[in-house]
Amino acid sequence: MLHIPLLRAGEPYRSLATRTLAAVRDGEPVAEVSQANPGLVARDLARSREGQARLAARSVTELVEVCRRAAEHLGGSELPVGDEGQSPGRYLEQVSATTGLPRALARANLDKACFVLREMETVLGGLTRGLDPEILDRGWGVQDGRMISYRRETPVLGAVLPNNSPGVHSLWLPAIPLKVTLALRPGGQEPWTPYRIAQAFLAAGCPPEAFGFYPSDHAAAAELLQRCGRSMLYGDEATVAPWRADPRVQLHGPGWSKVVLGPDAAADWPAHLPLLAESVAANGGRSCTNASGVWTASRGRELALGLAAELAKIEARPLDDPQARLAAFPTVEAARRLSAYLDERLLVPGAEDLTARFREDRVAVVDGCGFVLPTVVYCSDPDHPLARAEFLFPFVSVVDAPAGELVARLGSSLVVTALTADEGLLGELVSAPHVERLNLGPVPTPRVAWDQPHEGNLFELLYRQRSLQAVEQPPAAARTAGAAAG
Amino acid sequence: MNVAAAAGLEAKVRDARERLDAHVREMVAWHFGPDTGSPFWLERAERLDFDPRREIRGYDDLALLGHFEDEWLRGGPIRRWVPKGLAGRPLYVFETGGSTGLPKSRVNVEDFQTDYELFSETLSDETFPRGADWLMLGPTGPRRLRLAIEHLAQHRGGVAFHVDLDPRWVNRLIKAGKLGELELYKEHTVDQGLKILRAHDSVRCLFTTPKLLEALCEKVSLAKAGIRGIFCGGTEMNAQFHRFAREELVPGIDFVPTYGNTLMGLACCKPFDGDYTITYYPPAPRAIFELVDPADPERRVDYGETGRVMLTTLTREFFMPRFLERDEGERAAPTDLYPWDGVSNLRLLGQLESSVVVGVY
Repeated sequence: MLHIPLLRAGEPYRSLATRTLAAVRDGEPVAEVSQANPGLVARDLARSREGQARLAARSVTELVEVCRRAAEHLGGSELPVGDEGQSPGRYLEQVSATTGLPRALARANLDKACFVLREMETVLGGLTRGLDPEILDRGWGVQDGRMISYRRETPVLGAVLPNNSPGVHSLWLPAIPLKVTLALRPGGQEPWTPYRIAQAFLAAGCPPEAFGFYPSDHAAAAELLQRCGRSMLYGDEATVAPWRADPRVQLHGPGWSKVVLGPDAAADWPAHLPLLAESVAANGGRSCTNASGVWTASRGRELALGLAAELAKIEARPLDDPQARLAAFPTVEAARRLSAYLDERLLVPGAEDLTARFREDRVAVVDGCGFVLPTVVYCSDPDHPLARAEFLFPFVSVVDAPAGELVARLGSSLVVTALTADEGLLGELVSAPHVERLNLGPVPTPRVAWDQPHEGNLFELLYRQRSLQAVEQPPAAARTAGAAAG
Repeated sequence: MNVAAAAGLEAKVRDARERLDAHVREMVAWHFGPDTGSPFWLERAERLDFDPRREIRGYDDLALLGHFEDEWLRGGPIRRWVPKGLAGRPLYVFETGGSTGLPKSRVNVEDFQTDYELFSETLSDETFPRGADWLMLGPTGPRRLRLAIEHLAQHRGGVAFHVDLDPRWVNRLIKAGKLGELELYKEHTVDQGLKILRAHDSVRCLFTTPKLLEALCEKVSLAKAGIRGIFCGGTEMNAQFHRFAREELVPGIDFVPTYGNTLMGLACCKPFDGDYTITYYPPAPRAIFELVDPADPERRVDYGETGRVMLTTLTREFFMPRFLERDEGERAAPTDLYPWDGVSNLRLLGQLESSVVVGVY
């Protein structure tokens, strides 16, 4: 069976502790994954400064070039995975098999990672707001007539990664040109993408010390978060809660992204239907940027019914069908459990499943895989337990709330797309502390502009501006010469 | 294995089995004897429709008694466990667990000393030199371990230095998600251990847990600090940790994994022969492992097959027939050194894993 090793300073290491990865479709083993013990992670991280020094010896511009080459390898080359070679097509098969993401969607995510690598210069420009890369190489410099200096907060970025979508891996890619090495702890079902990205970087000539890859249990993940000067952590509420007070850890919990329709736009909902559908259902509804709520000043039920009719057109298809748009659940049973959970919540008055009328069962079984079909719930009560719920499939609650209360009631939201010209509402959204990304106008919630920081700015996580005053001094040689002459 | 060796092993297994059956008869006679048995077992015998002393002729017959339940060990009266034959002897009480609810308690007279003396015979005099001193960096308090390690050191002619460690506090910190405090506590513990190593050149032997060993090794080279042998315990130890310890943490130091608990005694690991798999053998006939089907504990699994550990303890101080442990592993075949069943890759039972905090100190 295929064996996926750890990477320690880029070198494969086969652990005696392994975990079997099974296919979603039939439960058949697909690969055996080496598991890191916590002490091993700690030991490697204790040496991260040496690895970082190797990376920092390259200039940002050189590393951007490495990214460009890595993009070509990631998207087009056969790269090693364990003892085997892995073509891009084989990678798509594997990631789809163990995560349930259709191959077509996996392809789109791979393309996204390639794009970010290729366009790294633009991405860095967005993260650093146009900082001259040489200032990062040297640590300080003058830009626009101002003295600027940045200090690196950590030699290594820890990343505790999720299973939901390979697209999330685009977020840590800029660490490499920012000269920070990586300690990656992949999701249990998805070692494929981070491993392949690391191999693409190695093939592109990146110093191998830049990559630690540690599939592991929770204990080793906690070790990693404890040891890295800076980390990103993906997970549900329960996973991220213990780290909430730790400023070193950037949390990526549930997204609870939303589309908001102001009083001036509510009646226009039919015109926004494609935007709403894309926001809810793009990438199988698995991204944190997928809208799980549509909050509107009026006409909620009518909108919900229209959206339900639209989303009900999405069918469950086999994972290798190029038209597939839904991701399979880990087991058919898991799909049924989630659907039953929804039914139970729907018993609380004030919410109605408007997609129910378009089908007999919310769960579909196709080619051995279990799917939960897109579901639109209308909440007449903004405090209904489903009003701010989020699930790993295209699920959305359409909520009616008075215009004056809309923003205050949204709750924590990773992305808000605001469809309104109402100055008051816009003003409230712009100043809302619980809204992270904001799209003004018809931009679907999952659509990302790569020159904008996403979910917290990686540059700001890794670097800190320092105050620096430098008094011009003659070079040492000149001083010596002067002294001799005097 | 050649034919002669196989026949030799077979004979040893047969002898060990005969010794076990004789030992079972002796222990049953003691624990159910009106003048020697404990109130607990004598009371229980009254409710049986047979006389254990007549019916139980060997290990297999212990099935007549069903399964020992650890709930019986929670709460008092504690003296119901003291065999009449040991009346008047000074008693120790050792606790186990206790992070939630009442801890289990077991009374001891000198079992722990006997167990550790027997274990001592398996240690190498070269890497655990006689006369050398010990550092005990592990759970203390009401657990057996603290006194047991001290006795081991004394038995081998040394003294044991101790650092306090309260694992129940560690469990609470973990359950509350207070990872920063957990780190602080670990640091506090390790710092005290380091002070002892610096202050006392005579320390050559170390008892510790995997977590603390890792933490210690981050601060100091144990080989340079003079440590020659490490005795390490904890269910979280697996082949990967064993290898990691020998290859990276403490290369050149003798590393002896063990599995002990208050209810059993101390199980020894199969001597290292290049294979990192950890296989434990109980101190038969004082304690016996049987690997049984978790769904049907009356069925013993085959060699190599995964089963739940069923533990039987048979000493004059404690009689615990067929207790279903919270651990599982693969049934391991007898060896020349240990001609009875062992268990490989011991770990928490799959079904319990999510509800128990383990391997945290």
